[in-house]
Amino acid sequence: MMTERAAAIRLDQLRLTLGAMSFDFDCRFEAGAITAVVGPSGSGKSTLLNLISGFERPDSGRVLIGDQDVTALAPAGRPVSLVFQDNNLFAHLDLYTNIGLGIHPALRLTAADRQAVSLALDRVGLGGFERRLPGSLSGGERQRAAFARALVRDKPVLLLDEPFAALDPGLRAVMVELLADLHGETGATIVLVSHDPRDVERLAKDVVFLEAGRVLVAAATADFFARQDLDAVRRFGGPGARLGAGLGVGERPSP
Amino acid sequence: MARPRILANAERLPALAGGLLVLALVAGFIGTALAALLCGRMDGAFLGVIGDPVVHSVLRFTLFQAALSTALSVMLALPVASALARQPGFAGRRWLIRLMAVPMGLPVLIGALGLIGIFGRQGIINDGLALVGLAEPVSIYGLSGILIAHVFFNLPLATRLMLSALERVPAEYWRSAASLGLSPLSIFRFIEWPVLARVIPGASGLIFMLCATSFTLVLVFGGGPAATTIEVAIYQALRFDFDPERAVSLALMQIVVTGAILAALSLLPAAVDTGQTSGRRFVRFDGMGLAIRLLDAVVLLLATLFLVLPLAQVIVSGVNADLVKLLREPAFRQAAGTSLIVASSAGLLSLACAYGVVSARAALSSARTAAIGSRLLSAALGASSSLVLLVPTSVLATGWFLALRKTGDIASFAPVIVVGINALMALPFVMRVLEPAFVEHQARTTRLATSLGLSGISRFRLVDWPVLKRPLAMALAFAMALSLGDLGAVALFGSENISTLPSLIYARMGSYRSHDADGLALILGAICLVLALIGAPQGKDMRR
Repeated sequence: MMTERAAAIRLDQLRLTLGAMSFDFDCRFEAGAITAVVGPSGSGKSTLLNLISGFERPDSGRVLIGDQDVTALAPAGRPVSLVFQDNNLFAHLDLYTNIGLGIHPALRLTAADRQAVSLALDRVGLGGFERRLPGSLSGGERQRAAFARALVRDKPVLLLDEPFAALDPGLRAVMVELLADLHGETGATIVLVSHDPRDVERLAKDVVFLEAGRVLVAAATADFFARQDLDAVRRFGGPGARLGAGLGVGERPSP
Repeated sequence: MARPRILANAERLPALAGGLLVLALVAGFIGTALAALLCGRMDGAFLGVIGDPVVHSVLRFTLFQAALSTALSVMLALPVASALARQPGFAGRRWLIRLMAVPMGLPVLIGALGLIGIFGRQGIINDGLALVGLAEPVSIYGLSGILIAHVFFNLPLATRLMLSALERVPAEYWRSAASLGLSPLSIFRFIEWPVLARVIPGASGLIFMLCATSFTLVLVFGGGPAATTIEVAIYQALRFDFDPERAVSLALMQIVVTGAILAALSLLPAAVDTGQTSGRRFVRFDGMGLAIRLLDAVVLLLATLFLVLPLAQVIVSGVNADLVKLLREPAFRQAAGTSLIVASSAGLLSLACAYGVVSARAALSSARTAAIGSRLLSAALGASSSLVLLVPTSVLATGWFLALRKTGDIASFAPVIVVGINALMALPFVMRVLEPAFVEHQARTTRLATSLGLSGISRFRLVDWPVLKRPLAMALAFAMALSLGDLGAVALFGSENISTLPSLIYARMGSYRSHDADGLALILGAICLVLALIGAPQGKDMRR
């Protein structure tokens, strides 16, 4: 669907100061790949997503998506879809409206658009849920609906801000597989902020590790987890961390 | 929430006895008034009054002005709340929101004086209109005056209710809206309106209730058969026509009307929780454009002027009055003394009643087995504090006036009755401050206090008082502010029987000594606002 226009993201010497924190990002996210952004709390993961999506403007530097310099564009003008940890859906609007708003911001939908909404719901396993309100769904179903909206928006870049963090472990594994499938079909460039090394191992081709507002490591996932020379990285991806994170969850075959 | 269920019977009995005493007091006070009213109408003339055309027109006007006032307050509050929510960061926003609380703590009569100064014949609004060549001045008297005044007092209330609903919207909604490119119109349609639509019925019901039972504003701005509400008609029937029969019929009608409104209110949906937010910074991306910022600035400026000008008017003309001379007047000293005694007695009485009810309810809920009887008692205790809403001031005052008329000694009993009425008036608000604090305190300390064997006075002194003194002081201050500013009960008993600061102001307004009224209004307003500020709970709404 999107593979031919998947776009790389380039953060070109971005600098931003927010209160006492200063951020300095210079990195690249490969076109059509899933890149995980990880790091301790307060290291700037959300700020990095905000800079790509346009909710923060840098003090200097450029944000490039594909060949386009989007630094000055408003969030709605960027070729980007977003999925947050929670509250992705307007609780008082049914799924059809929630997803339809992703196609047209005043909900002027053609017959083809309406069909696209239904197809997207089918695709994420919520077929026939058009008139359901988010409150009547489980947390996992709400996140599925959020993915359906990203599907109909059909943007080359998808930003995921801990999309599975509010889900319990069993559900989480299923959602991770769904995301992998969807990515296989759309080929969008995905930036995934996650705290969970298992998600990163399963999904991400590359890892960008942030610390104190800077990129500490940017490497292929396997290389990243192999690194033992940095304390922070060991704490995130070390065997102890993965063992701890895996407690209470069914065994998953090692990659 | 699980409450510790280990209160010994010896602990619970005094609390229960106190609760029952309060219940008996409230029921006795209201019951006496109602009995006196019904005795006056047992001769069958009540049916005749139902056909009375004057009563009909009063009822019609009461409901008409209340509906119009409510619609105007809510419709005008809509853009103000929306603009305030859209601009979460401008300088002075906190002050504007505090300003919105002022009309709630301000004695109604003082607001009325300020509005006369601004919208009256010599007010700056009419001067301004004359400057641009409009010959037809705005009239502050009659229906238009009543509407302006009701909007002045209720627009801030509606705005605050709507604003708090809008601020509970999850931050992700605004981010999604910005990311999806929703226009301001789409944001209103898909986010703001659905949120507001859940608040508006409740807010409208509340405002309708306040406007339908509004006494002072209609007394000042209305009058005459064409612009009289039931409350004011009762006052006129008692004080001017001396027609107790009509007063009784009107009082009974008032109960029917408020009962119907309360029943409707209980059917309206309560505010719905919109779910948990992520706790992120509250940013409105749709409020950043230049055009929308200008528009919001205009809306907020107009709202601010509407609220500030009458208040400024009170201050300016109050300062211009001969305050020193006023303070020396015996009439002032006497009224101030009465006001102070009445307000502090009413405040303390209200506080004692609320404490009795709250601790009895806590004792009942800590019982191991919730018997039907104790649940009924708990519900009765909870309802008693709201009874005054069903039986408004004018009804209580009329009933007691008729009851006391037989003994002939109204003047010596009037202050006592006014204290009782004011205490009841304040009871729902006092309960709302006290009950959450009390319940939380109990949940925290009961186990520990019981395990240490603390009880009785020592427990109150060491455990309860240090924690509860702040909510108690807040509740007392708010109750005193309400009582100090109340004109209704005092007016019905007449200035020959009791004179307080509001009734003195009202008398001076009527006798063309309006400079005196301005000066007195400044003094009373300052006292009430200080008390209301002490009594205002942070971030919570008193009137819900």
